[in-house]
Amino acid sequence: MARRPKIAVYKFASCDGCQLSILDLEEELLAIGEAFEIAYFLEASRAVVKGPYDIGLVEGSITTPHDAELIKEIRKSCKVLITIGACATAGGIQALRNWRGSAEFMKYVYPKPEYIETLDKSTPVSDHVQVDFELRGCPINKYQLLEVMSAYLAGRAPSIPNQSVCVECKLRGTACIMVAKGVPCLGPVTHAGCGAICPAYGRGCYGCYGPKESPNSKSLMKHFIELGKRREEAVMAFRLFNAWAPGFREVEAET
Amino acid sequence: MGEFRDQSDYYLLDPPHIDELISVLRGLGYSVIGPIVREGAIVYDEIESASQLPVGLRDRQRPGYYRLEERGDKAFFGFVVGPHSWKRFLYPPRFKLFTVSRKGEVTTHNVGGKKMAFIGVRGCELAAIQVLDKVLMGGPYVDPVYSTMRRDLFIVAVNCTEPGENCFCLSVGTGPEVGSGYDLSLTEVVGDGIHYFVAKVGSSAGKSLLERIGVRRATGDEVSEAAARMEKSRTLFRKSLDVTGLKDLLYRNLESPVYAEVAERCLACANCTLVCPTCFCTTVEEVTTLSGNVAERWRRWDSCFNADFSYIHGGPIRSSRLSRYRQWIAHKLATWIDQFGVMGCVGCGRCITWCPVGIDITEEAAKIRQRELEVSAT
Repeated sequence: MARRPKIAVYKFASCDGCQLSILDLEEELLAIGEAFEIAYFLEASRAVVKGPYDIGLVEGSITTPHDAELIKEIRKSCKVLITIGACATAGGIQALRNWRGSAEFMKYVYPKPEYIETLDKSTPVSDHVQVDFELRGCPINKYQLLEVMSAYLAGRAPSIPNQSVCVECKLRGTACIMVAKGVPCLGPVTHAGCGAICPAYGRGCYGCYGPKESPNSKSLMKHFIELGKRREEAVMAFRLFNAWAPGFREVEAET
Repeated sequence: MGEFRDQSDYYLLDPPHIDELISVLRGLGYSVIGPIVREGAIVYDEIESASQLPVGLRDRQRPGYYRLEERGDKAFFGFVVGPHSWKRFLYPPRFKLFTVSRKGEVTTHNVGGKKMAFIGVRGCELAAIQVLDKVLMGGPYVDPVYSTMRRDLFIVAVNCTEPGENCFCLSVGTGPEVGSGYDLSLTEVVGDGIHYFVAKVGSSAGKSLLERIGVRRATGDEVSEAAARMEKSRTLFRKSLDVTGLKDLLYRNLESPVYAEVAERCLACANCTLVCPTCFCTTVEEVTTLSGNVAERWRRWDSCFNADFSYIHGGPIRSSRLSRYRQWIAHKLATWIDQFGVMGCVGCGRCITWCPVGIDITEEAAKIRQRELEVSAT
């Protein structure tokens, strides 16, 4: 048997949900273990195999000077670097501080904020190093991760469509809730991947997968206002897990 | 009103007969698919009885807007078209084409011999099925999935006695009466204490179905009443598409400033194409397992509004929303005619209703016409 590719899983500022999605691949874990050597995955095991690694999966955003240095080291030790989740690909929910700066927040959260060393902004990994593939989602869809790993092994491009969530609603036959119920929904500007779960349960899309390719957030925001949202509310709809992603973050300024 | 000229062809169905019609079809081995209410919209799905139909409901439609409301009567077909179209069943959204093993063994996945009966196919929808027939079965390459699903199809068509707010079939010649190609057509007469359906036979299968149910011929008065309802229906349209020289108009105006304006609103979300009953574009994707022992090829609906749809080496040909909208409207209303001899638009209005921001194909076409006139006047 050929040498199994070595995988390393890293974490930065994040909730661990995306790493848990890997462990949540219960049925497939044995096959993953056969196909790959899980060399570095502290969420799963203390046993560490030395690098360099074939694949690095990175969760979390870069928020401290230490992070910014560490990610460069990680990039050097991984042949292929894949970021997973909204934090690593867009800065995450913690990027909300990017509009206000962190000093004020620290004052309320920490008894001794002077001990905290942080960067002014929470940024995606791709702002710091070259990233080979970005897998979106908050959290990622574990089957999409499996697809990325299978594609790596087969030496092909992963099939991760960058189209709208609307396409997924239509494939599963969900009637558009924005049209039929007037529920504001980020689906038309949001990257597919979740399988359009929320609209199937009557909730508007929260934009967990960030902007689709060429999103028209400005037009959608205008429509939210037509549906009866106040301007500030309409802006807030974009201020979630992918708030800092280009395509979402401009809405306030440009409308 | 050629549809109602020959009175000897008409039969009369009372409301309970619709239920019988459904059970007889099921007894003949058909999977019966008809309109039902789900999550605030009328969609198509398998039904077992007429009680599942959206009785007494109508759909209110505006650009980007759809709501159901009570009609105040017991009409079975008192609505028009919803977010689903019949292509969902004839041309499934996702379909596994084949599986191939590492050793090279190929297993082709067939549709299986499921006979389908569609209940409540409108004039525009019947026209749409005929457009798909041309596209997917009319040339040298016959689509194996569509042609199999289409083969044993039984169609119960319904004339629209009240067009919806976004309907413009009258102007493109596909409604409100159904054209040819059905097994049975129904015109519902409801109100003032009366409720019946005037049925017309369109095929021998349709005739034998009515014989099984055992219905009488319609009287002259009943047929006249149905004809009058259809006559009135033609006066109720609020929307139209001016098809005069439309193809050449679009070809002359590929650089119309209207496209930049529509691109400001267009979300490139692909909703219009996916609700369209004639849009047929698909993509194929390969799926492999971790072990690499099996690969599957899947076909799924795609859209010219997706960037990857026009991806070639180096990037997508149509990277802007402007170019994608132009591609779509020009194909639908113009290049389709060169390709298949018919227009790709059947006037059902779905793209208008289900566009989240309410972009209206009839308005955009009219704007392009208007802008050309303005430019030539100056």
